Amino acid sequence: MKTRTVKRHESNSTGAPAKIWQLRLYVAGQTPRSMTAFANLKKICENHLKNRYRIEVIDLVEQPHLSKGDQILAIPTLVRKLPPPVRKIIGDLSDTERVLVGLDLRPAD
Amino acid sequence: MKNSGSKSRSPAARLPKCPTGIQGLDEITSGGLPRGRPTLVCGGAGCGKTLFAVEFLVRGAVQFGEPGVFMSFEETDAELKGNVALLGFDLAGLVRRRQLLLDHVYIERSEIQETGEYDLEGLFVRLNHAIDSIGAKRVVLDTLEALFAGLPTEAILRAELRRLFRWLKHKGVTAVITAERGREHLTRHGLEEYVSDCVIVLDHRIHEQIATRHLRVVKYRGSAHGTNEYPFLIGDDGISVLPITSLGLNHAASSKRISTGIQRLDAMLGGQGFFRGSSILLTGTPGTGKTSAAAFFAQAAARRGERALYFAFEESPSQIMRNMQSISLRLEPWTKRGLLRFHSARPTLYGLEMHLAIMFKEIFTFKPAVVIVDPMTSLLIAGSESETKAMVTRLIDFLKNQQISSLFTSLTHAGNPLQQSEIAISSLMDSWLLLKDIEGNGERNRVLYVLKARGMAHSNQSREFLISDRGIDLVDAYIGPGGVLTGAARAAQTARDRAEALTSQQDTARRQREMKRKRLGLERQIAALRSEYEAEEEELRRLDEQVAKRTRVVTAERTELARLRHADAIRVAARAPGKPKERD
Repeated sequence: MKTRTVKRHESNSTGAPAKIWQLRLYVAGQTPRSMTAFANLKKICENHLKNRYRIEVIDLVEQPHLSKGDQILAIPTLVRKLPPPVRKIIGDLSDTERVLVGLDLRPAD
Repeated sequence: MKNSGSKSRSPAARLPKCPTGIQGLDEITSGGLPRGRPTLVCGGAGCGKTLFAVEFLVRGAVQFGEPGVFMSFEETDAELKGNVALLGFDLAGLVRRRQLLLDHVYIERSEIQETGEYDLEGLFVRLNHAIDSIGAKRVVLDTLEALFAGLPTEAILRAELRRLFRWLKHKGVTAVITAERGREHLTRHGLEEYVSDCVIVLDHRIHEQIATRHLRVVKYRGSAHGTNEYPFLIGDDGISVLPITSLGLNHAASSKRISTGIQRLDAMLGGQGFFRGSSILLTGTPGTGKTSAAAFFAQAAARRGERALYFAFEESPSQIMRNMQSISLRLEPWTKRGLLRFHSARPTLYGLEMHLAIMFKEIFTFKPAVVIVDPMTSLLIAGSESETKAMVTRLIDFLKNQQISSLFTSLTHAGNPLQQSEIAISSLMDSWLLLKDIEGNGERNRVLYVLKARGMAHSNQSREFLISDRGIDLVDAYIGPGGVLTGAARAAQTARDRAEALTSQQDTARRQREMKRKRLGLERQIAALRSEYEAEEEELRRLDEQVAKRTRVVTAERTELARLRHADAIRVAARAPGKPKERD
């Protein structure tokens, strides 16, 4: 899997540039789990951050040196680079509620 | 593999070993850690786990040309570099030369949200990348257990750790995994369950306010190993484990002899002094001249052109040199020529282990032929008796292995049973000299005995030990019916003896003269008696003759008379001459 950048970036109705969410998904090879994670992430973003997000997928098998920067141990790991603060979510993102909490898209009740 | 050489040496499928380069550890483990397998090093806080791990990598890189990866879960690279720089490990330099790779894994629970299944492939990838990037042969995972605090799902973590250790083996790296000591288990999270090849426990115990570190190989699958708890220390150049028993008793014994520096003492020891490489114990009460005797021994070594190392635990070097000058022993020239070195330290300055480490280091750098420890008993202050004994054992073993002759002085306290406190140590010693005070007649005199001297005929006599401004001399002590006398009493007694001898000599002569006189007298008496007897005998003979003559005359007269009377009585007279008389 190559590093792919999926851009869903549009201006909102007011014309001011929307706050772009920069997300980075770390995977290691095209394993079923990473595919699931990517699919889950995309679904969540489409539902909650439509046109306001950018996903960068990093395959550590191909770019192992990148694991150090974000202190990646668990695979898959989703890192919210922007907006700050940095958040890390591990797992295949199948628990949507927790992903939303982790991304700060929904208060943890 | 580097180890293939040793493999071929013993074809019996011996476990390949990876030398750690840590002093003493390779002896205990007979060669090092299991090559290509993980080793668990566990211990409580501050007992040297990280240092152990760092040293394993540094020595691997420097001494054995095996690059290493240090993956730290606790300390950052900068912290790590700073911490071990004090020990002379230049991590930054090694990193620059690509012999070492430091990787700090930072994990913060509060930043992590778990949202489903995951694995630790990221860690594997990271480690794999680190290993491959410098061709590492050694790996350290410093306190892997930090993961338990950082990751939410223990079940996944445990499965992944199991996989990690399998993967490390598969990768063929020799790994050291450190872990915190647990309450019931060896490690807090039971890591020993996964690492089954080799487990080393480090320990840090405090006894009487002095801390001693211990190392124990709990388990070593497929290899013999020392099972004891070995004290180890962290010195200026890292860890050194001090195996007590593993040195064994296989040192070569030299038959060469060296002088004690005191001529008469050499004479007491079979005429030639001590064996080279032997250990000598010199015990004595305060002020019996132990230091002086030791100084002479040191001087004798220097005179032979050998180096002598003097560990003084009571006096400073200059004090010893000044004091020795008073008995015309000048040590300064030898120190200037580099043949004599003093090392003075108060015993309470640091613990026994540290003393031992420093002594080892001094011995390593100075390479002496003779080592003097004065006094050994001072070290008892720094540790308990059994610890001191263990330390002295190690020191003696070490010295014997190096063929270094050693002299230990030992202070016995007046009033103590003489040999009691030394029993523990004297059995380790080859020779034992005893200096003793004998008090009497208002003075105190020193006496020296040779209590034992293994392997040589030695004098069983006590000698008076004289310390004068000309040096040390040994004099035969007076041994007689009045006991052992020394000093003025000895001199007085000797004079008295001489007088007595003279008197008795005169007596004998007088008695001999008397006897002679008596004999002469007797002889004279005998002669007188004999002459008296002869005179009486003569008299008797004369009387007999007279009687016979008279008888003859009487008979003749009677015969004449009868003839005149013409009596027939002639016949009668002829028959009984007395009869005619009766008839008268």
